[in-house]
Amino acid sequence: MADTTQILVGTRKGAWSWRDDGNRGDWKVEGPLFLGQIINHWVQDPRAPNVQLMAAKTGHLGPTVFRSLDGGKTWTEAERPPAFPKSEARARAVSHSFWLTPGHASEPGVWWAGTSPPGLFVSEDNGATWDSVAGFNDHPMYDNWVPADSGTPDGPLLNQIVIDPRDASHMYIATSTGGVFESLDRAATWSPLNKGVLASFMPDPYPEYGQDAHFIALAPTRPDRIWQQNHCGIYRLDRPGETWERIGLAMPSDVGDVGFTIMPHPREADTAWVFPMDGTDVWPRTSPGGRPAVYRTKDAGASWTRQDRGFPAEQGWFTVKRQAFCGDDAAPAGLYLGTTGGEVWMSSDEGESWRSIAAHLPEIYSVTVAPAP
Amino acid sequence: MVPVLIPSQLHAYTGGASRVNAEGATVDEVLTELDRRFPGLRFRVIDEQDRIRPHMRIFIGQAAARDIAQPLADGDELMIFGALSGG
Repeated sequence: MADTTQILVGTRKGAWSWRDDGNRGDWKVEGPLFLGQIINHWVQDPRAPNVQLMAAKTGHLGPTVFRSLDGGKTWTEAERPPAFPKSEARARAVSHSFWLTPGHASEPGVWWAGTSPPGLFVSEDNGATWDSVAGFNDHPMYDNWVPADSGTPDGPLLNQIVIDPRDASHMYIATSTGGVFESLDRAATWSPLNKGVLASFMPDPYPEYGQDAHFIALAPTRPDRIWQQNHCGIYRLDRPGETWERIGLAMPSDVGDVGFTIMPHPREADTAWVFPMDGTDVWPRTSPGGRPAVYRTKDAGASWTRQDRGFPAEQGWFTVKRQAFCGDDAAPAGLYLGTTGGEVWMSSDEGESWRSIAAHLPEIYSVTVAPAP
Repeated sequence: MVPVLIPSQLHAYTGGASRVNAEGATVDEVLTELDRRFPGLRFRVIDEQDRIRPHMRIFIGQAAARDIAQPLADGDELMIFGALSGG
């Protein structure tokens, strides 16, 4: 590969980036940016690579969105960050923006944001001003779907927004208290999409909604395929099907299928990676047995292969959060993950081997990769 | 004219100034004036329902302000602090 790759890393205490030598070998750090700010997500626009948005807040200050229109060289702040309507009956206030998604390729300048408490927001001007999306935020079922008192540690989340690359009107969102929802009319109306997904913490373990969908991703070359890493296992759904299949049952029983994130292959629709964590007894959420590894399926979840070369063989207690696992489009595909212990790991051979390219950072919340503009 | 103490958390907005003066008969009016001059400042202190954010504190002289509608009298100083927020 010849193009320069950049890794954008958001942490609990600021943001750093790395650029490679064109061969994913030597990485040079830049930063910190916004030292001390909590950076939940830092994303480059694939439609306009000079545009980058960053979801930020601090321990004291309220949430905002930082914007760069020159590839990260200079930054300004959103004129009107995501916020619920003033004086609404529920009196919601955005605690933090958690997730940013560039809009459909046919809609330049459009971005979507997910927040805590669960809220969906849209910008039509590259993140300068944001509007509450009434189709979800004011849906008559909102309080049932995503109850405010549902106990997610950092507040209930609308943690992901995914857009069908074939149709700007077809969207999915993932939430931490209601599971997955689908819209066929560009966010005007929504329906739960959780059939077959376990919610072991509910009286009815297979409810219509109420699941904790940690992460969803469409297979890039087969957008009818949705991968899901849920609080209660790994799932796959092939549309127009409605019932998820728990493909995590094929994982080794001593590892389990709990995790925060799932990463599809850029070209092979049957291939994806997960980073399992310990979901036994009191839910340590660390690498099972202190032996970090990704697991890869190449057969749509029928079987999984452990990939741990380069990771600590013992006493490695990584956790990788929702936004902190990503991949590039190169061949072979590169994988990148950030840990709660402040390390960035990468693989340039589709997970066969791993190396640490950065350490001693604050807790990592977000790792995204993009061509350098 | 109300003298306003700006905490370090907001110095990025005020160009490093820790003390500024602003016009306003209420806490809200002063904050709105500050936001006009230092765009974005108000929303990081006050949420969209006009509540003071959980880890921010506003004092009028020695008295804690609980509500941004609170009036200011001649000679009052407005102090904004970043309160305790964890590690």
